[in-house]
Formats: sequence, C-alpha cells, structure tokens
Amino acid sequence: MTAISPTPTSWDRPHRAAERLARAWSLAIAGTSYVSMNGVEVQDFLTSLATRLIHALTAEVFDPADVREIGSTLVAAHFTEPTTLERTLTVLAEQFGNAPVKRVARVQGALASGYALALRDRVLEEQEEIRTAALWARARAEEGRRVSEARFQAIFAGAAIGMSVSTVDGQVVEVNQALCDMLGYTADELRSMAFEDFILPEDPPIAVGMFAELMEGGRDQFRIEKPYVRKDGHHVWTDLVASVIHDEDGRPRWLVAMVEDITERHLLQERLRHQALHDPLTQLPNRTLFFERLNELIDTATEGDASRVGVCYLDVDGFKVINDTLGHDVGDQLLQTVARRLDRSIGVDRQLVARMGGDEFVVLVEECGGIEDVVAVAEKALDTVRAPVHVGGHEISISASIGVVEQPLRGTSTGELMKAADTTLYWAKADGRNRLALFDAERHAREVTRYELSASMPAALERREFFVEYQPLVRLSDGVTTGVEALVRWRHPRFGVLGPDSFIGMAEETGLIVPLGRWVLQEACRQAAEWRRAVQDRAPVMSVNLAVRQMRDRTIVRDVHTILEQTGLPPSGLQLELTESAIMGTGGDPIEALNALAALGPRIAIDDFGTGYSNFAYLRNLPVHSLKLAGSFVAGLRPPERPDPVDQEIVAAVIGLAHTLKLSVTAEGVETAEQATRLQELGCDTAQGWYYASPGPASAIKL
Amino acid sequence: MDRPSWAPAEVDLDRPSVARVYDYYLGGSHNFAADRAFGEQVLSAMPAVATLARSNRAFLRRSVRELARQGIRQFLDLGSGIPTVGNVHEVITDAGIGDASVVYVDHDPVAVAHSRAILADTPGTAVVSGDLRDPAGVLAQQKVQDLIDFSRPVAFLLVAVLHFVPDELRPADIVAGYAAAGAPGSHIVLSHAGLDRPLTPAEEDAYQMYRKSPTPLILRSKEQVTALLGDLTLLEPGVVATHAWRPDGDEEPPADGNSIGSAAVARKD
Repeated sequence: MTAISPTPTSWDRPHRAAERLARAWSLAIAGTSYVSMNGVEVQDFLTSLATRLIHALTAEVFDPADVREIGSTLVAAHFTEPTTLERTLTVLAEQFGNAPVKRVARVQGALASGYALALRDRVLEEQEEIRTAALWARARAEEGRRVSEARFQAIFAGAAIGMSVSTVDGQVVEVNQALCDMLGYTADELRSMAFEDFILPEDPPIAVGMFAELMEGGRDQFRIEKPYVRKDGHHVWTDLVASVIHDEDGRPRWLVAMVEDITERHLLQERLRHQALHDPLTQLPNRTLFFERLNELIDTATEGDASRVGVCYLDVDGFKVINDTLGHDVGDQLLQTVARRLDRSIGVDRQLVARMGGDEFVVLVEECGGIEDVVAVAEKALDTVRAPVHVGGHEISISASIGVVEQPLRGTSTGELMKAADTTLYWAKADGRNRLALFDAERHAREVTRYELSASMPAALERREFFVEYQPLVRLSDGVTTGVEALVRWRHPRFGVLGPDSFIGMAEETGLIVPLGRWVLQEACRQAAEWRRAVQDRAPVMSVNLAVRQMRDRTIVRDVHTILEQTGLPPSGLQLELTESAIMGTGGDPIEALNALAALGPRIAIDDFGTGYSNFAYLRNLPVHSLKLAGSFVAGLRPPERPDPVDQEIVAAVIGLAHTLKLSVTAEGVETAEQATRLQELGCDTAQGWYYASPGPASAIKL
Repeated sequence: MDRPSWAPAEVDLDRPSVARVYDYYLGGSHNFAADRAFGEQVLSAMPAVATLARSNRAFLRRSVRELARQGIRQFLDLGSGIPTVGNVHEVITDAGIGDASVVYVDHDPVAVAHSRAILADTPGTAVVSGDLRDPAGVLAQQKVQDLIDFSRPVAFLLVAVLHFVPDELRPADIVAGYAAAGAPGSHIVLSHAGLDRPLTPAEEDAYQMYRKSPTPLILRSKEQVTALLGDLTLLEPGVVATHAWRPDGDEEPPADGNSIGSAAVARKD
C-alpha cells in the first residue's frame, strides 16, 4: 500500500529496524515488570516481537490477531505490570512517528487488546489457582483438625486413667468413663459437682498453694498424691496431675485433671512404712520411729520455746538369765507381755512407748511439765513391769531399771539426750537394779571427763605431754640425798599439769601403763646415767615405780634390761618400787618376774608397805632391799604434842623387823621437822617428803 | 513449632502470608485482598521493597544458573513460597538442563498446596511442607531423601527467608545445619534484607509494619550476613548488594544507598 511510506532508512532493512526498536523498547520498559530473563534475553525477546510489529505496520493487509498475539506474548513472559504496556505504547508512537497514524493506532489498539485479554486471563487463572490451593489447604487443615479431635476424643474416652475438664471456677464440664469408674459416680453426677467437692482434709497442705500458683500463671501444672472419696464412701488414693489450659491471651481457661488410681500402691507404701517403723515382735514403734519423732520435736522447737522433753530408758533386769534358762520362746513372750502392758499403762497420746531392741524399751514424754512428770511415768512403768508374768506355765517375776532424763527441747540433741538416758540407765543398774535413776549432769560430766582423759592418753604419750619430776630421798643420819623417786606428770593441754593420781589408775585400767611406765623408766634411767657421768658414785639412786600391770607384762624383764643397757646406767643405780600387790600373784605367791628382775641387779623396794596385806613371812625369801613406809603411818607421827602411840609403835616395829631382815626403811610423806626427828629416833634410814623437797625438775636436784 | 506434627497449620486467608505478599510484589495474582492490602501498605512506605523482591528473584535466577553451569544438579529451595515466574525448575530448564532435581520446601499450607498443583506433572521436582528453621526435620523428610543424593553436591537456597528468623533461633546454626548435610562442593545461596545505613523514617515505618506482622522482619547488615555463612568459602564477589551479585544486565541498579538487601553464594569445601 502506497499509503504507507516508511522512511527508506528505517524500513529498507527490516532487521536493523527491529533491533533499534527493541533497544528503545527495552530501555523504556526496563524494571517495570519482573521477568525471568537477563538483559540479552530480554533484547532478543523484544527483537523478535519488534520484527512482528514492524511487519504488522508495513504489511499490506493488517492482521490484528497477530498483534494481539504479541500482547499476550508479553504477558506470558510476565511483563504483567500495566506500566509496561503504557511505556510500550508510548515507544511505538515515538518509534513509528513517520508511519501512517491510522495504522499505528490500529497496531497499538490490537496490542493493548491482546495484552489486556491475556492479563485478564492470567489474573483469573492465578486467582483460580491460589483459591483452589487455599481451599485444598483449608480442607486438609480441617481434615487434620477433625482427625486430631477424633484422636483426642478417643484418647479421652478410652484412657485408662481418669480425666476431667473443668472451668477455672471449678465447675466440672467433662469427665471420662475411667474417672466415673474410679469414683463410682455417673458422668452426669460428676458434671454436677465442683472442685470443692473433691477437697479432703487428708489432701497434702501444699496443694492449696500449688493450685493458687496454677491460676495465677506461676505454673502450668502440678502433681500431688491425694485421696478421693468414692460415692460408696471408700477412699481412693490417686496420683493427680492438674494442668491449666490458657486462651489466646494467656488467661487460664480450662483445668484438666488426670487422675490415676494408686490405692494399691498407697496401701503397700503405708504397710511398708508401718513395717519399717514398728518392731515385728511386739508391734511397738521401733527405734527408727522413736528417733524420727524425737528429731521432729527437736527440729520444730523454735527460739524461746520453753517446751521440755522427757525420756525413760528402760531395761528388763536379768532378762538374759530368763532367756538362757527358760528359752527364747519364753523370753519373746515375756517381752511381748511387757510391751503390751507398758503400751496399755503409759502409751497414751504424746507419750510414745517404743522398743529399742533386745530387752530395752523407751518412753518419749512430750510436752512434759518437769522432772516429776517423767518420774511419775517411770514409776508407773516400774510398777507395770513388776506385776508377775505367766508364760509357758511359768510365773515369772521381773523388774526393770530405768534411766530418766528430762531437758528443755531447745538446745538439746537426740544424741546428747540418748547418751544421757543410756548413762543414767547404767547408773540405775549399777545402783542395784529394780529402780530408776535421775540424770545428774555433774556426775555425767565427771564421767565424761574421765573417759575423755583416758581416751586421749595414748595420743598424749605420742605427743610427749608426759614428763618426769624427781623427789629427793634423804639419809636421816646426815641429811645427804642418796636417792630420788621419779614421778610422772601430764601436761594436759586443757586441764594443766596433772599428777599421777589423776591418770595412773585409768592407765592401769586401759593397759596404757605398760608403754607409759616403760617411757618413765627410760626417761628416769637416762637422767640417772647423766648424773652418774657428772658425779660418779655420788649420784643418787634412781627409784622408779612399777605398776601391777607392768609386772604382769611379759616384756618387763627385757624392757628393764634393754633400758639399762641403752642408757648405760649401772643396775645398782636403779631401784624399782613395787607395791605388795605387784609382787604377789593372785594365788598369794610372789610372781616369777620378780626374781628375774632382781637378778638384773637393781634394788627392789616394797612401796606403800603396810597398806596391802603385809605378810612378813615372805619378806625373808624375797630379793627385796628396802621397804617404803606408807605415808599414813608417818602422818600419825606428825602432831608434836600428841603423836599417835599406835602408829609410833607400828613404825618402830616395822623398822625393827626390816633391820632384822637387813632391809633399809624409807619413810614417805614427811612434812614436819618433828616427824623427821621422831623417825630418826626410831632408827629409820631415809625419808622423803615436802619437809625436804617437793618433786621438781632434774635441775632442782643438788648433787 | 509447639504444634504436634499431625495438627495442621491454620489456613486463615484474612491474614497476610509472606509467600503471597511476595508474589504480589512480583506482579503476580496468586494473592488475596489481605495480602495486597499489606503489600500496598509496605510499598507506600518503602517502594524499594518491590525492587528488592525482583532483585531477589533475579539473584535466584543468576545464582541457580551459575551453579547449574558449574554442574550442580540438586537444588533444595527453602522457603520457596508461591512458585511463580522464574521458579528454580524453570530457570534450570531454560538453561537447557533436563536432569536436575528440585525440592521446594515451605511451611505455608496454601503455598505448598499451590506448588503441588503446579508441579504435579513435573518430573524431578517435589514439594514438601516443612519449617526451614529445622534443618534436621526438613532433611529427614522422605521426599527430600528420595530426590536428593546427599553424597553429591547440593545447592541449598535460602533466598529472602533468613530475615524472618530472629537471632534467638540461631540463623547461623540453621545455615550450618544444611551445609553440614551436603557433600563437599555443596553451596549455600543466601539473600537477605538489610541496610548498611540507618533507616529513613519511611523505611522505619515499613520495618515496624513487618515487625508487627505474623512474620516479623529482621534487617541484617552485610557483615552480619557474612557471619551467617560461618566458615564456608564465599564465591566472588562475596556478600554484596543483591543486584550486584554477578549482574547480567537484567535490571537497572537502584540509586546509591538504596540497596536494601544483600546476597552471596558460598561453597562447602
């Protein structure tokens, strides 16, 4: 058509023209729509469309369908933003400025129409798609909810444990069959009930607080063991888990309870607890329960609490004999009878009677008003036990001893209280049984101190807390110190320096006297040897005590021998002081070790002569060199005006006898000049005592 | 995530969905009135969001093409949304590759349903409903295991999704979780909303709008995005403005300072 006269430069080379149009076009629509193409791809895409547009513009016959198709191709490539169309139409108008206006308009119209149609279809299609997808997803969600609801219903209805749903006000709205079965109510009956209907006095006290926390949002769940009362009145023990379900705003909306019947377990637990806390023979509370109760009392005593507590510790006298002679069956029946009677007569409220084991029973007197209350209980217990018991054809009369302790709760401890009760029971026994003894704190303290002293002695020996002092033995004729007696002392870290009277007795009991005596002997011989090296024969003879227990120890002879050798002290420089009981064996004969000791060479002195049973007959046959006259005789010589004539005669007789047997005599405990003069007049050889010198360190001895 | 697995997510068409709003930004019509209203609100405060959406989509195309060119044939598109124009499979097909496997993962039930409808007849693709924040859960899904061979490299696409994951959910651990599952040579493709400058008041408005939506948005700087990738090896040019990652002349770069997103591809060696 001649009407169309494109510029020669533009239209004679259609391909280049298309490229130029595409370039302008792509610049115009860049960034208007999102398409999945890079720059080159967009250029190519538009070039192919531009070619078709130029064809449509220049074709003799205009085909609008093809141009509409170009519009829909743009949409298909996702040039979907209306701005893209707007700019496209503008670019066409600009680029086709020389083309016939009418044809340009028709091309623009067809393009816009194709674009709009395709875009409408696309939008509808996408809306259709997304709506279908939404419907499908919603259907799935609803199906899922239906399934989950069905599952919940199945779980709720079919659960083996009881479940209920309540409003936060406590109104029950839903229950399952298991809960109905457990409580014996129908579902309708339960639904007409409220939370308070299930609260019982036996509920754990913490439940109230936990429930409040649940409602305040402090916790989502709590779990307690609590009982319910069935419709038939029976108790059901349950493990209850209560949970709160919140609404979207976080407010508590529902309460869900899951209730498991644990009655069996609970009863078993109760039974086990009873077994654990009761004595199988007598069915009385056992020591565990007793201590549990006592601890509880002590633990709950508050500051300033004036409550007092009493304990009667009871032991059946001579029970072992009954057991041994009449048999354990009788013994057991006897204990059962005693237990039953005690429980009946004194096992009232706040007064627990328990069996501690064996034939020992204990009464815990709570909230007692004073010692007289506990004594009354103990006396009643003594009376109860004294009533004759008929067992297996025997009528047995028994008695009991009771230790009674009564103290303020505040400040005491279970251990302290029971130790006191035990000690007091021991006193009652020692005082002759069939009686009660009251705890005496001072006596107890003395015994405790004595015990502590005794127990700490071995360690004290190791720590070198013992030391030796020396007291001179003076020759009465010229006042010369011829010997010294070694005397052991204990420098106790708490009690200060203790003399032998405070601990030698205990050391004998425990046997520590053997190592202690050995150490004293060693120390004394070492000192004596030192003096002997200093002044040779003018050194005093070292006199050392040997205790009974030492003499019975098989190592004594070897010990003395070894010590003499080690220290280098000549045996004649040592005197061993032995009491009569240390010399004489239990059968009344001198013990063997004596001769062996004497054979080693030291002098042997009989200490405290006159206090034991003095058998003069043996003196002549024993390897004894000296007698030490007990201080009690010397004391009789003391009063200057009225010396005891009997003592004076005894002393004179002993001195005479000793001298006849060629034994020298030493008087102990000489305190006054009169005593010294009198002894000298009576012919006594040596003397020892404060009058001459107190015991003191080695350095105090004048050589 | 407290919802039991058998309880389905809510389908509430009156609340905007991230996937459908994104579709709206891209000029799609896979959306409802609530989505469009929300999208319009954001756009009026911050028109650049539409550009960012396109930039992300274009970055997805460029990165997928690049990885496909490097020989990767397995793609896991995490948070795929509405599979609108230029979805991963389309990009790969356009690149002339016919043997790739693509799995789309999303937690939006509508997006999943739609994806399934669209991809029902496309071999080599699968759609799974899953939460990308739970790598172990996603990777354990049967369809993922069926379609992806974890002894060969995988491209994990986290395009425009991690800005919906707050720090307390440990986004770096999520990235590491996927990277750990892939054989050496696997890649993480990551794009993220964020700015390296303070927000303008208008941007602040849009940001707050998202904060209050069911899917709040967290902006992260390039530095923070780099940290998300841990010790993976960044491909050139590193973490850059989304449009600046290997551009191929498809769009006008935004004016300076207006780039509101960054992107990167990183390799597990």
